[in-house]
Amino acid sequence: MKKNLNTRTIVIVATILICVIGIIGVPKSMADLKKNFRDNIRLGLDLRGGSHLVLLVKVHEAVAGDANQTMDHVKDDLKKAGITWTDMSVNEVTRVEDAGEVALTVKGIPATQSSAFRSLLSDHYPTYAVTVLTSSDYSLKLKPTELIALEKETVQRTIDTISNRIDALGLAEKTVTAYGRSGADFQILVQLPGVDDPAHVKELIGTAAKLEICAVKDGPFGSESEALAKHSGVLPLSTRLVKAKPRSDAPGDRWYLVDRHAVVSGNELRNARAGQGEMRKFLTTFSLSPAAGQRFARYTEANIGNNLAVVLDNQIVSVAVIQSRIEDSGEITGLSSEEEAVDLSRYLRSGSLPAGVEYLEERSIGPSLGADSISEGMRAGIAGLVAVVVVMLLYYRRSGVNAVLALVLNTVILLAAVSYFHAVLTLPGIAGVILTIGMAVDSNVLIFERIREELRAGKSVVAAVDTGFNKAWWTIVDTHVTTIVSCAFLFLFGEGPVKGFAVTLTIGLAANVFTAVFVSRTIFDYELSGRRQLETLSI
Amino acid sequence: MELFKSTNYDFLGKKWPFIIASLVLSVAGIGSIIVRGGLNYGIDFKGGAQVTVRFASTPQLDKIRAVMQKSPKIHGGVSVQNFTGGTQPNTVLIETEIQEEQQLNINRQAMEDVLRNTFGQPDNPRLDLNNTPTDTLAKRLGDALARNGVPMDETKLQSLAKGILDYRDKEASGLVASFRQLASVPGMNSGIMNALQQECYLGSYHVGEVQMVGPKVGAQLRSQAVLATLYALAGMLAYIAFRFEWIYGLGAVIACFHDTIITVGLFSIFNQEISMTVIAALLTLVGYSMNDTIVIFDRIRENLKLSRREPLENVMNKAVNQTLSRTVMTSGLTFLTVIALFAFGGPVLRGFSFALVCGIIVGTYSSVFVASPIVLFWHNYVDKPKRPFGSGGGSGVRKDLPRTGGGAKPVKGEGSKVVK
Repeated sequence: MKKNLNTRTIVIVATILICVIGIIGVPKSMADLKKNFRDNIRLGLDLRGGSHLVLLVKVHEAVAGDANQTMDHVKDDLKKAGITWTDMSVNEVTRVEDAGEVALTVKGIPATQSSAFRSLLSDHYPTYAVTVLTSSDYSLKLKPTELIALEKETVQRTIDTISNRIDALGLAEKTVTAYGRSGADFQILVQLPGVDDPAHVKELIGTAAKLEICAVKDGPFGSESEALAKHSGVLPLSTRLVKAKPRSDAPGDRWYLVDRHAVVSGNELRNARAGQGEMRKFLTTFSLSPAAGQRFARYTEANIGNNLAVVLDNQIVSVAVIQSRIEDSGEITGLSSEEEAVDLSRYLRSGSLPAGVEYLEERSIGPSLGADSISEGMRAGIAGLVAVVVVMLLYYRRSGVNAVLALVLNTVILLAAVSYFHAVLTLPGIAGVILTIGMAVDSNVLIFERIREELRAGKSVVAAVDTGFNKAWWTIVDTHVTTIVSCAFLFLFGEGPVKGFAVTLTIGLAANVFTAVFVSRTIFDYELSGRRQLETLSI
Repeated sequence: MELFKSTNYDFLGKKWPFIIASLVLSVAGIGSIIVRGGLNYGIDFKGGAQVTVRFASTPQLDKIRAVMQKSPKIHGGVSVQNFTGGTQPNTVLIETEIQEEQQLNINRQAMEDVLRNTFGQPDNPRLDLNNTPTDTLAKRLGDALARNGVPMDETKLQSLAKGILDYRDKEASGLVASFRQLASVPGMNSGIMNALQQECYLGSYHVGEVQMVGPKVGAQLRSQAVLATLYALAGMLAYIAFRFEWIYGLGAVIACFHDTIITVGLFSIFNQEISMTVIAALLTLVGYSMNDTIVIFDRIRENLKLSRREPLENVMNKAVNQTLSRTVMTSGLTFLTVIALFAFGGPVLRGFSFALVCGIIVGTYSSVFVASPIVLFWHNYVDKPKRPFGSGGGSGVRKDLPRTGGGAKPVKGEGSKVVK
């Protein structure tokens, strides 16, 4: 192996360079170095501070929404086809797990028209499976594949919407991904490093399920009873009472009577922006899709002077007067502050969430605690490492240097891998690093002890080093492969912290096999290469 | 320097005291868990809402508890304890029990509200500098400076606000006691200082960390931790069974279980909290113990190839003696590092390093006194009928081991064994 000593040295030096560049880039100054280091080695939330949220997407609401929409369409279709019915309803479902129980029940189809009914259903509503309850009653449920598809799409659209809404914060880094077992948990993970105001984030994300722009029929009223009194106790057809969001400058409750059906619904909004109009008043401009724009133009033309309300999940966030015919872009004026205009534009821009969300987990880690844990941990870790280095040098004398070099290189490779793979270092990840260092020390000790044993048995220096490495090789392989096998399982079945641990450990072990065997061997060979008849080895 | 040149201790002969000690420790640990009614789970596994608050003066736990329990919005039990897990004094951990997610959210918000109403100045129109986020501070400061006639542009404002809050969080650990401390913030001048004193006051408490873990997520984390570990152990068993014999795999895995049970038992006895980081430590421990065990097994396998006729116990003893130097060095060095972490690593790492300190000790001796004896017992049991002169098992105490380190001398009176 002496002939390719040069090749091996080049490989090692190249590896070192690649790794160092991976960690600190090509710095031009000390400050540059620190900055590159911080950018490349990303710290997890538990070390850096930030907000971590897990949300549950209430997919059953989307399924119920679909069923309700279907009910409206079926009613229209039956009327057109001249088929009579006595009752139609969608059952209420409160839990996510029961999303599959949502059913549209149709009662009172005359027996004579049952085949016409059935063929109408199969033509127009192929996604629903029909169950016959009695001779005149039927139950419609989404087919299982359609249900799964709808649930998946709901989660994905929620992720996109939330991502858009958070984008508005202008964060450099954010994580919004599906979480938990796909198809069973419907959870979303939101991680925002460095964000110290999770309350505002939660407000932005909102739990809103529906954004609509509806016509205001009457209002404002100071209370529900006042509104009812005005209309003699019965609300006009197709209207509902909605409360307005409380504002700091207008104390007291405000209720409005609005149309039940929306003029424009959330997913038809294309864009919205906050701005300042004449007299430096705050306003929000918005634009609609072309189809909605046409509809909106017809409506506004006929309703100049009337009010429109922006309704977010059954709460009015803004009431504006229609001042002129609006086609596909308009302005909402009369807002009280810049913050209101900005928030309103964000809501409008991100459209509506297809289903409500619920918070399952929230952690906001203040940077004060994070900074403490890093500095202390680092100090202790370095103290420990220094102790290890000292002992190795004392016990193995000059060969101890090999081990120390191998250890250092191991850590450098590990950090570089973390940087290149964009992995995130968390506290459990650091646990993995510690185990790696332990096993790295072990590998070196194994080899050295074996070399000592062979020397004791009387072998020559060169032969002892050779045998030492060869015999220790299989032990190193066994220990490392066993641990990597377990890491594979931890990675597959674990989540979050356990995954981070598995990743850093696997990288560290792979690097260890390289440094403890290849690099250490090269250094030994280099030492032995000059002198053929070395009497003793400093070990 | 060499500590162990050629040792010849009869490790496996003296296994019984250690096996008994293991059993006693395990039983004590399990007993402690039963007596305490379960483990001291951290919020990761227990669920609930938790707020860490640092006070400017000594906090009165009873007052805090009373005022929290009185609040109509908070449901379930409230616990208030001194937080020993931080470097700063006067820190308190306020926890409410696990509830359904919606109520938990309400609890969590209510805790902050109660704190503000009791210890803060809710009617003060000024901003509490010790509890404000960056954006709000930037905005208030910006408005004030503009009013004073010295407006500042947006980016400078943001970085100034960040600088002030960085100082608050990193240097002052969350609680600024007087405005004069902020003089060292980069970009600070007297105009800004005036504006700050106009707009803000210094609250007497600081909310450091807020955590809320609902029942769904808590259950997920628990099952995940357990399942992942079980699968990992199964994977390791399979690999070792493939490389050695199946009984070696079983022995190694039982040794790992033994280590985990004793460590968790020690956690229970010393009432230490079990969090996700501790689980990571337990996984580290398993990895370490497995490593140790495989090194010895490997040596045993090598020796068996050389001396096919020697009794298994002798071979094992020899293997342990040969690897003794390595074991002491590695365990010693790793132990050194972990002790450094435990002593100086700060409170966040304490649970983690405690697990490793116990784990390394237990892991090292379990390879010799748990894993190897299991293989030994099994082979003695299985190979009994095969021997021509059944001397009733080979697990008797060996008093006449060969004195030299190398070479295999068949011992009289013992049946020879053919081992795979």
